Amino acid sequence: MKNKRLDLSYSQMKWETMFRKLLIFMAALLVLVIIGILITLIIESVPSIKALGIKFLWSKTWDPVQNIYGALPFLIGTLLTSFIALILSLPFSYSVSIYLGEYNPKGWLSNLLKNTIELIAAVPSIIYGFWGLFVLVPVIRAIEMKIGVAPYGIGITTASLVLAVMIIPYAASLGITLIRMVPASLKEGAYALGATRFEVIRSVILPYTRTGLFAGVLLSLGRALGETMAVTMLIGNTTSIAGTFKDLLFGPGNTMASVIANEFTEADHTEYLSALVELGLVLFFVTVIINLIGKRIITRFTQH
Amino acid sequence: MEARLKIRNTKSLLFKGLIVFLAFLITIPLIVVLLYIIKQGVMQVNWHFLTHVPAPVGEPGGGIANALVGSILMVAVATIIAIPVGILSGIYLSENPSTKLAYYSGLCVDILQGVPSIVIGIVVYLWIVKPAGTFSAISGSVALAIMMLPIVIRSTEQTLRLLPPSLKEAALSLGVPYHRVIIKVIVPCGFSGILSGIMLSVARIIGETAPLLFTALGNSFLSYSMKKPMESLPHLIYTYATSPYDDWHNLAWGASFILLMFVLILNIVTKLITRKWNIQL
Repeated sequence: MKNKRLDLSYSQMKWETMFRKLLIFMAALLVLVIIGILITLIIESVPSIKALGIKFLWSKTWDPVQNIYGALPFLIGTLLTSFIALILSLPFSYSVSIYLGEYNPKGWLSNLLKNTIELIAAVPSIIYGFWGLFVLVPVIRAIEMKIGVAPYGIGITTASLVLAVMIIPYAASLGITLIRMVPASLKEGAYALGATRFEVIRSVILPYTRTGLFAGVLLSLGRALGETMAVTMLIGNTTSIAGTFKDLLFGPGNTMASVIANEFTEADHTEYLSALVELGLVLFFVTVIINLIGKRIITRFTQH
Repeated sequence: MEARLKIRNTKSLLFKGLIVFLAFLITIPLIVVLLYIIKQGVMQVNWHFLTHVPAPVGEPGGGIANALVGSILMVAVATIIAIPVGILSGIYLSENPSTKLAYYSGLCVDILQGVPSIVIGIVVYLWIVKPAGTFSAISGSVALAIMMLPIVIRSTEQTLRLLPPSLKEAALSLGVPYHRVIIKVIVPCGFSGILSGIMLSVARIIGETAPLLFTALGNSFLSYSMKKPMESLPHLIYTYATSPYDDWHNLAWGASFILLMFVLILNIVTKLITRKWNIQL
């Protein structure tokens, strides 16, 4: 009898160690996946790095037929669309943060608006792209005719507009949380000194949450840089850089993500594929670094 | 003095007006997009649409059965892959918050959350499609599973961390082995939080196109084989939306409507679950 019980607890202990090992294995698997992603990207872009070196990043010509690869048009396209989108989205995400964080933090209207904003992030990007292609593009084309630039319709402006809407929730939802965390005593102190609501927001709430709100902007930027489908459908996909600033802004362009999406399955020789993977590697590094900085700021902010 | 006060008060009111205006203005694009998709899509959807494969150009009829089956199959397989890895890593992170491995794992979750979906598509292409020599549905599932992981892990971790330690201590003091404590006490207590994390991640990946472009590719016929290319709803929308034919656009509007409904329902149900059990995600 006694022995049996001992055996039972031995077998339980065996299970227990196995379970603990399984947990450790799964956690380690995550690290392996990330390292694997990094190593795969680096190894596969070696042919391109070897052939082109660092000048890959600033040479202008992208001509797969003649085996010439330069990423500058895509770098410019990515940066332009992302930053235009970011600037357009900022007033809105700040307004949403301030409204839901300070003016109206509770109640059904506040919940409704918060859920609606979150829904913006939930709608698949392909749907934004499809809608943009059939509704926004004709509108933009009409506007471009009026102001006298080549009426492409598709292009950097169109992609940025859609992108701006898509990235608002990321900065806004973080902003709401942070603004709600501002200690009441600080605000009350300012009110007691006779400050109006606007003055409290401007000189207490915004300075207090500044770094945190900046982190939200970084998260939005990370999203914008990596966003693929909506941009691919709306940007026009050209590999040349426009000569004039007007054409650059309103004409078609290309981003790193969209060139990968368009050309990856067509890449028929090693260098071509490798050049595209290298674009992916650059994109990976940039978005990961931006995201990690954002996350680090948030952790530091919330621990205070 | 009086005048100065008036100016300051007006300024404050004007600012509030501006904030409220901008905060509500941003819902307009969303509403416009949703209404447009519903208006264009709802007329396309009928039983025939759901049970037939797309017709060639010029032929009437045709539906999205291949994409519907493909999306459901691939997402199901992705969920089966992601759930054990995600939940167990989440348990590890919540149980051992201060080990070195937990630090690096947590870092990797943060990184994974930021990786653009197109990059995951490239990597899975290089991992599975290139060695196997063919595009396949299973590679699409793997890509989607990788995208699901961060959400499942974070929601599991956050939910389990909020559970009172007394629960675990009570079970342990009764002599229950560690693995049974986790499986029979901790996980059931945090079940609703874990479930809503899984549903949220499904809602996120069901609309993902970019990782499927180089993995599952697409297929204009009905296919159940995980080893062959498979169509999916977002990919069908992409190919048909960028085609020049009106029939195909209509098909894509219908598919968008179905996809949107999936996403909306999953999000609303998740919201209801989190509301009911008061979970913070």
